[in-house]
Amino acid sequence: MSTELSSRVSAPPLSPPKLGGKEGGRRTARQTSGNLARRKLTQNVAFAFVWLAAFLAVAALIWIIGYVMVQGVQEINLEFLTTRPMGGVTGEGGMSTTIVTTLYLVVLTIAIATPFGVGAAIYLVEYAGEVERENRWVSCLIAVARTGIEILAGVPSIIFGLFGFALFVVALGFGFSLLSAGLSGACLILPVIIRTSEEALLAVPRSYREGSLALGATKWQTTVNVVLPAALPGIITGVVLSVGRVIAETAIFWVTLGGSYRLPTGLRSAGRSMALHVYMLAGETTAFDKAMATAAILIAIIIVLNLVINYTSRRFAARMMGSK
Amino acid sequence: MEAQKTKLRVQDFSVFYGDFQALRNITIDIPIHQITAIIGPSGCGKSTFIRAFNRMNDLIPTSHAKGGIFMDGQDLYEIDAVELRKRVGMVFQRPNPFPKTIFDNVAYGPRVHGLRDRVKLAEIVERSLRDAVLWDEVKDDLGKSGLALSGGQQQRLCIARALAVEPEVILMDEPASALDPIATLRIEELIRTLKENYTIVIVTHNMQQAARVSDYTAFFNMEEDRAGYLVEYGPTKQIFTNPREKLTEDYITGRFG
Repeated sequence: MSTELSSRVSAPPLSPPKLGGKEGGRRTARQTSGNLARRKLTQNVAFAFVWLAAFLAVAALIWIIGYVMVQGVQEINLEFLTTRPMGGVTGEGGMSTTIVTTLYLVVLTIAIATPFGVGAAIYLVEYAGEVERENRWVSCLIAVARTGIEILAGVPSIIFGLFGFALFVVALGFGFSLLSAGLSGACLILPVIIRTSEEALLAVPRSYREGSLALGATKWQTTVNVVLPAALPGIITGVVLSVGRVIAETAIFWVTLGGSYRLPTGLRSAGRSMALHVYMLAGETTAFDKAMATAAILIAIIIVLNLVINYTSRRFAARMMGSK
Repeated sequence: MEAQKTKLRVQDFSVFYGDFQALRNITIDIPIHQITAIIGPSGCGKSTFIRAFNRMNDLIPTSHAKGGIFMDGQDLYEIDAVELRKRVGMVFQRPNPFPKTIFDNVAYGPRVHGLRDRVKLAEIVERSLRDAVLWDEVKDDLGKSGLALSGGQQQRLCIARALAVEPEVILMDEPASALDPIATLRIEELIRTLKENYTIVIVTHNMQQAARVSDYTAFFNMEEDRAGYLVEYGPTKQIFTNPREKLTEDYITGRFG
């Protein structure tokens, strides 16, 4: 089949095809099929390349995760999970306090960032438009805010760390503490939450808003009762992504949370998150195996988190589309 | 227009979107407890016209209106838009139930107006669904999502939702254009029964529909600058059998539009 086709490719065109005539029609068809062989070849080469790219990317990922898991799992046992790190050059002890600290940090960061982030997104999507028309100065400020959010979303986390160190740790005197780390972490994830919430709000059909307003609801009632619930799956996805970001982040907490492996007893306590623990074990001790073990747990948590996002957003979507 | 009492009076009314004039000098009296149909070719400003009655046009940033528009003699622009929309309900072209249960869809209006009493809410929901001829189909599934209904049921749900706030006027913007013929007929029957208690203004591009459901018909057309204007207005029977204007006759016989 393929040789037949390729021989047609080399065959010179007989004569310009005549439009409409039976003869002309057949010649056009023959020319197309000659061309087709070359186009199919291009397609196959492209397929092979794309497939290889996808394979290599996935293979690299699986290799990294697999390596960490295999290396880490050997060290993981109940004792490792339930004893606190002991410090020292050999990295004695387990990781219990880092799990708790990570949990505190996540809750605190999300609790600070979500109300501001979602509030800012609601303002930008639902209300800013009205003000922009009426007041030139405010519209200028809003433009600056929008650009600022765009830029902040791309700023490296250590910059937020430095800012947090200068403002919360030093200037406000919070010291290395959960409070400093939570506030700095909130600054880090704020742009993410604002942008995902904005997108979720923009995706709510205008017909929902019109339907509500046409019933005599105020704009705020419309936003709270119709727009926000419809945007909730998207907003939740943004929040959960931010949770992942807080769990994974190291640099920003290194300069705001300190590194104490003791259990935090309050907002003003210093602490050590899991990612920070991995970093410190790998960099400052000889306990590379324990760094791997902590990393394996970290990866497992992030995988579970992703499964939860997928599941909940699918459930939400199904409920929105009307299955009970 | 005989001795019909006027519900909505429109005097020399124009609507602009920025520099573009969408409606030019409309003057029309909409009678109470009657069905008034607005017909005309696409883009002649029919939707803009009925969206003036509940000031939905206000939501479009660049729009502004000129001239007078009154309900029971009161200037619409002197009534707060939120209060006005409680008195003038609307059903949209595409069914737009909220992603909530059937019950919550219908109860939405009364709730935003402050009704919390569960027994009363349940009464209102049942009555509204009955009035919208949907009750028998959904009475066992009130907890089901409104989006799970068929298109025709969704549109009746939206009508029930509008009825639940007990408006005086109901605006319908091509309420059946997204529905199949059978669902369309059911909606039309429903509209006829509603006129007893409500003043209804319905936009349609389906002339048979206008002829079937309405008592009065207004024919809009657009000028060369695309501004919509009123060509002819009168009892539906007269418009369809003996129109005064040649243009109206051409349109209803399908010669253009």
